[in-house]
Amino acid sequence: MQLALFIIFGLLAVAGAVNFLLQRHPINSALSLVVVMMSLAVLYWSLGAEFLAAAQVIVYSGAIMVLFVFVVMLLNAGEEERTHGSRAAYIAGFPGAAAIFCLLSFVFLTNGKAFGSTDLTSHLTHAVNNIAEISQVLFKDLLLPFEVTSILILVAILGAVVLARKEQ
Amino acid sequence: MSATVPISAYLVLAAVLFSIGVASFLIKRNIITIFMSIELMLNAVNLTFVAFAHMWHQITGQIFVFFVMVVAAAEAAVGLAIIIAIFRTRQTLNVDQINLLKN
Repeated sequence: MQLALFIIFGLLAVAGAVNFLLQRHPINSALSLVVVMMSLAVLYWSLGAEFLAAAQVIVYSGAIMVLFVFVVMLLNAGEEERTHGSRAAYIAGFPGAAAIFCLLSFVFLTNGKAFGSTDLTSHLTHAVNNIAEISQVLFKDLLLPFEVTSILILVAILGAVVLARKEQ
Repeated sequence: MSATVPISAYLVLAAVLFSIGVASFLIKRNIITIFMSIELMLNAVNLTFVAFAHMWHQITGQIFVFFVMVVAAAEAAVGLAIIIAIFRTRQTLNVDQINLLKN
């Protein structure tokens, strides 16, 4: 079950990310990013993080990507054209990203034994409610940081309104 | 019966997503798409946090992901407002033509 979920949604996430990279139109890139985020939500759930799976769907693919799609449509963004600068980025971009990927996966795979493996069944029979646990930490131990994030959101709202306002 | 997935498989998947995010950040020329690839990288890092939280049976990693989500939402709102302001003044979304500070 866990293995099947991982294979299906991991492949879906990678396919969505590759499609995001290859599409030239911003709206197609945005929609394939939604696919990546939804499959990541399923992976969070398979790792025993139900609250984060719901928050991923609601916040990321619900709020942030809708904002992106709104801006793409508002600015009437068309297909991007190839320029000289982008060709230089092709030469530097693919080897750099491949080097980062090789380094990370080398570290992860050589230490793979130490990481162990997931076991959803034991996690669920443990009968720990994920949301109850998170709210205990979030509203008791980390109450001050949680309140500070509300101020951060307020400042972000004000900043967005001020920046996007038409200048007189 | 119940086949388990090694944690390193989740980490390698996160590395794949992060590398694709880096590549598209460098290759894309549209400023909105560049901004979206930052979101892709943040998602990859979130997956790493959740995998490690599961590995250690600690809830702290999930709390961290929650705060990353909050900051990403605030960042998306402000960044898109900046993109709208840039489009108003420069009438373009191509980052090669937004080079006021270059010369």
